[in-house]
Amino acid sequence: MAEFKEAPAGAPMAQQLLTWVDNRFPASKLYKEHLSEYYAPKNFNFFYFFGALALLVLVIQIVTGIFLTMHYKPDASLAFASVEYIMRDVPWGWLVRYMHSTGASAFFVVVYLHMWRGMIYGSYRKPRELVWIFGCAIFLCLMAEAFMGYLLPWGQMSYWGAQVIINLFAAIPFIGEDLSLLIRGDYVVGDATLNRFFSLHVIAVPLVLLGLVVAHIIALHEVGSNNPDGIEIKAKKDPKTGIPLDGIPFHPYYTVHDILGVSVFLMLFTAVIFFAPEMGGYFLEYNNFIPADPLKTPTHIAPVWYFTPYYSMLRAVTDDLMNVLVVLVGIAGVLAFVKGGFKGLWRFAPLVGAVVLALAMKGFDAKFWGVVVMGVAVLILFFLPWLDRSTVKSIRYRPTWNTWLYGFFVVNFFVLGYLGIKPVSDLGTLISQAGTLFYFGFFLLMPWWSRIGEFKPVPDRVTFQPH
Amino acid sequence: MSDAASDPGIDRGRRTWIAITCGAGAVGGAAVAVPFISTFAPSERARAAGAPVQVDISAIQPGEKLTVEWRGKPVWIVRRTPEQLETLKKGESQLADPKSDRTQYPTPAYAKNPHRSIKPEFFVGVGICSHLGCSPSDKFQTGAQPSLPDDWGGGFLCPCHGSTFDLAGRVFKNKPAPDNLEVPPHFYLSDTVLLIGEDKKA
Repeated sequence: MAEFKEAPAGAPMAQQLLTWVDNRFPASKLYKEHLSEYYAPKNFNFFYFFGALALLVLVIQIVTGIFLTMHYKPDASLAFASVEYIMRDVPWGWLVRYMHSTGASAFFVVVYLHMWRGMIYGSYRKPRELVWIFGCAIFLCLMAEAFMGYLLPWGQMSYWGAQVIINLFAAIPFIGEDLSLLIRGDYVVGDATLNRFFSLHVIAVPLVLLGLVVAHIIALHEVGSNNPDGIEIKAKKDPKTGIPLDGIPFHPYYTVHDILGVSVFLMLFTAVIFFAPEMGGYFLEYNNFIPADPLKTPTHIAPVWYFTPYYSMLRAVTDDLMNVLVVLVGIAGVLAFVKGGFKGLWRFAPLVGAVVLALAMKGFDAKFWGVVVMGVAVLILFFLPWLDRSTVKSIRYRPTWNTWLYGFFVVNFFVLGYLGIKPVSDLGTLISQAGTLFYFGFFLLMPWWSRIGEFKPVPDRVTFQPH
Repeated sequence: MSDAASDPGIDRGRRTWIAITCGAGAVGGAAVAVPFISTFAPSERARAAGAPVQVDISAIQPGEKLTVEWRGKPVWIVRRTPEQLETLKKGESQLADPKSDRTQYPTPAYAKNPHRSIKPEFFVGVGICSHLGCSPSDKFQTGAQPSLPDDWGGGFLCPCHGSTFDLAGRVFKNKPAPDNLEVPPHFYLSDTVLLIGEDKKA
């Protein structure tokens, strides 16, 4: 801490008070570092609304969650009725609950778009690896939060969705059965499960989530924001002030800018709350209006839309697909042996690895590998900074065919999501198997394909038309 | 770090004690985690709630199914018609484990037969899919229907991931579920009364 500062004689009360605080807490310093003197690139586009919007939805979820907790009862015999009580008897309870349930879906819409932005503009590349990793951890927390929250209304979908996901852990060889017992706290999903999910949903995961959000923002403000051109604005600074030439202070420029995004977002958000809170069964599934019945599975069960792409991948793993995967692992092992460039005995590592993996793949059930595929599909995102070997960050200066590849990645994700909602069919399984292979091929082959093709020249300064 | 080790200004004795204190602290911390993690395990009350269930099966008509609850799980008692028993033989080549040899959910010796039951007519099984724990739906009607093969001979279809089982709870090949439906321990107290949850004492 520097020496004590004194407000000039005769300064207004407010300034004296601020000086008093600043001498004891870095209020002005924090304000400058994160708002008024945080220089963000001036060429942000549409996709840069979603970070701020994610923060807004987080606040909505926390506030509405606090109020829902005041009326909800985490007891298997009371939970369903207490949610209906909130909907019918608590004054304005329906609004608070619909804000919370719509907020969950909105969170995933916003976060998926936010992640997509990072992917196409290379925002995960050096030096932003930790920003990306904290972000992926936030995504994981969000999935846990959404999953546990979905059990709380104790409807049929809550119950059977939880039953399926908890049983995923039971598929792990050797420890799986005990692990799923430990998660449920009973031999079946029951009161014990509901009670602990309530505790985790309301306090444990949100605390971790908030910590990660803070880490995400601190890391971002340390390295500075990326931009649609993928150029480091810190490379070209004003020689006198040391401020990036293409940077503008976050406040007031982007705070005002984000108010526009918030306004449009809230229009859409409230439109859903008031006119389509169930969103045709996608935000709130119809079967969840039936109380949980441990003896009867609904005829068609599907997770909420935001999990369905991963759910499709889980369902795609059958014995047939495992055979295909074993062949692929074999080819990868041989290729790495021939072209990997490992030295000495390490040359054989890929071959040995492939054989061990192939044996394990045939040794354990396809059920276990389905779970592995689903988990790895999310965890692989963490490694994106090291998978991408492209010489430029932004899609704008990558080879033109990359645009098509990324476009197809999105289409594939939507197709997987769609198939995850539908009941199983032979054709659907085949398509989701192809989709799963594409999803993994996209990431695992990235070290290869991201290097090839004709890159376009990257400009010195960001592309920006004053308006 | 190597500089610090050779730095004469470092009191090695204190360093050792810091290391020992940290180690002891870590052990203590880990020990405190044990009771917290243990609270996740099923409570004594949950453990105690596993008593056997008595069922009167005299009212079940051929081709009908009765569901009872045992340990919070649905247990099915299906009274199979002679035609349905006949279909069990036909489909054997399409089954993943026709002889119930897998040991994940060991089939009791008295049910290790083609009809997987004590009495051929009555099938007793836990109605929980061995894939991810959904309860399969009845598909007793034969022939082509959505999500089922055209030569369907009657059985069960899991709505979650499409696993199919025949009327003896045996899973078909190349489906997500690896195992046949679990046969709970059970025996007949009399001709029409079944006890689910216990094997007959020798």
